[in-house]
Amino acid sequence: MGWAIALHGGAGDIPLSLPVERRAPREATLRHCLELGVAALKANRSPLDVVELVVRELENSPCFNAGKGSVLTTNGTVEMEACIMDGNTKKCGAVSGLSTVVNAISLARLVMERTPHIYLAFDGAEAFAREQGVETAHSSHFITTENVERLKNAKEAKRVQIDYTQPIKGAIPSTKGDSQIGTVGCVAVDGHGILASATSTGGLVNKMVGRIGDTPIIGAGTYANSYCAVSATGKGESIIQATVARDVAALMEYKGLSLKEAAAYVIERTPKGNVGLVAVSANGEVTMPFNTTGMFRACATEDGYSEIGIWPSGINDDLEYPNK
Amino acid sequence: MVGWAIAVHGGAGVDPGLPVERQEEARRVLERCLRVGAAGLRAGLPAVDVVEMVVRELETDPVFNSGRGSALTRKSTVEMEASIMDGHGRRCGAVSGLTTVKNPVSLARLVMDRSPHSYLAFDGAEEFAREQGVEVVDNSYFITEESMSMLKRAKEANSIMYDYRVPAPGVDSASPGLEGAKVENGLLMNGLPISVYAPETVGCVVVDSNGWCAAATSTGGLMNKMSGRIGDSPLIGSGTYACGDCAVSCTGEGEAIIRSTLARDVAALVEYKGLSLQEAVDYAIKERLDEGMAGLIAVSRNGEVAYGFNTQGMFRGCATEDGFMEVSIW
Repeated sequence: MGWAIALHGGAGDIPLSLPVERRAPREATLRHCLELGVAALKANRSPLDVVELVVRELENSPCFNAGKGSVLTTNGTVEMEACIMDGNTKKCGAVSGLSTVVNAISLARLVMERTPHIYLAFDGAEAFAREQGVETAHSSHFITTENVERLKNAKEAKRVQIDYTQPIKGAIPSTKGDSQIGTVGCVAVDGHGILASATSTGGLVNKMVGRIGDTPIIGAGTYANSYCAVSATGKGESIIQATVARDVAALMEYKGLSLKEAAAYVIERTPKGNVGLVAVSANGEVTMPFNTTGMFRACATEDGYSEIGIWPSGINDDLEYPNK
Repeated sequence: MVGWAIAVHGGAGVDPGLPVERQEEARRVLERCLRVGAAGLRAGLPAVDVVEMVVRELETDPVFNSGRGSALTRKSTVEMEASIMDGHGRRCGAVSGLTTVKNPVSLARLVMDRSPHSYLAFDGAEEFAREQGVEVVDNSYFITEESMSMLKRAKEANSIMYDYRVPAPGVDSASPGLEGAKVENGLLMNGLPISVYAPETVGCVVVDSNGWCAAATSTGGLMNKMSGRIGDSPLIGSGTYACGDCAVSCTGEGEAIIRSTLARDVAALVEYKGLSLQEAVDYAIKERLDEGMAGLIAVSRNGEVAYGFNTQGMFRGCATEDGFMEVSIW
């Protein structure tokens, strides 16, 4: 038993041919966030604090689909959502439909700690943000040229995509072959077995205004209890109907599966190409399975293991970062 | 072939002082809705159609807190939400923040059937409603005198309260435990037992003759809630869930239901722990709610019906193919 942390920057059809100029910044961000999270755990910050600070960092990076760098709705706007859960108390907080809040995950935490509710959305959530005095910004802060481009491509192809383009016959490949950004999330456990999970996203490219995905739905994209903490990523609609995050914990508790077994079971039963997750258990174990081409991910455990990856281990995985 | 079964609820957490005529009124509505559902099942409609049809009936009737008669936000408006899940394929649809849609459960169904998504909310959901041509009315349609006076009393008590149908002189007298509802000015810690009675959310679960299960839940939410607050009813796995094994619809303290992912937990106990439906329901209510107060109805693929609640009463009823029908409150 010891502390452990895992984080992700999204699962999807990340092509092996991803150019290095698209890979490197993301790997660097994953590494940086992992270091921040590990340092915080070593400094005895609570897992709840740790997952929040890591996700804030991921939100602030334009590399991933959360906060700055969020994908756009069909109207060209951002609607961000996030969720945080404390495995110790099962308290949770969620927000959806944010358009000006710089760190959705922190607002989710405030919903948890400063309201009698769990979930606030759209105008009500924005109003709460103002009451709480959290940092807000104009939409230009969040919108990147890459995402404007992705929206354009999606509209041309007349479909909604999970940020990762499935190659379509005859479709013009997106600029530099890069549609590959996704939801972000972090799970952590401390040496006492206290668990927490946090997830944040801009959602689906070209989504309908008002569309809510799995991220803010407790038990779908985010979950933590005394067994494990889980953050999922992929096709929101599939994750919701499969109650992915909750099921990992339920399999451990009700069927006695180990963390790895439970996570693998859930991933296998979800349609291929649709889901990935990161999870840690009360015992300090980590697992990061996915049934997509790849998942931006990183993890570290107290016994010194660490990993940063995109594709399944062993496949074109020339990690430049030695294990610590 | 399986014997079909249907269960309905009109909310958990009933004031023991509820006047007899109100109780009778509620029973009549539940019974009527059961008959509507039973007729649909006898006619061979699939479970998902039946739950939608029955919840529409419950939404339209102002006796229960959904659609007309909904609890009001702090701003004296109505924000309704609903979800539906078809266990056959585990498809689902949900809506939140509706202000003009006459039947939220039907819009949830359309999200499931006619959009690429599972959940739409607020302006986007209202926009979709117009695109789909569903019946819309002015927000004032949903507001009743009774809900306005309940809101006034809730504000006076400075607390979130469950929806009462009782025109009682004061909130405190109607609700044991509401003494604990006094809260610090504006600042509430989640998890404090601030009130104990459930809003009269409505729901229906059905298993049809093919053994397919479906569930639907609809509500106006908590009296005096913050605008934008989403509760358990539209959240798949919390207020509503259906799979190959069973279908569940919950009611009660939304926040407690969410934290315990109550609907999914019942199904997970059946699926992963091998419990019977009633065992799973009892376990979930007893072990999963902590200090939360809630109730639920469930049916299984084998035609069983189960209820569970840790509140004072739950408006509920069921009917099975063999002709059995019952409606109860306590």
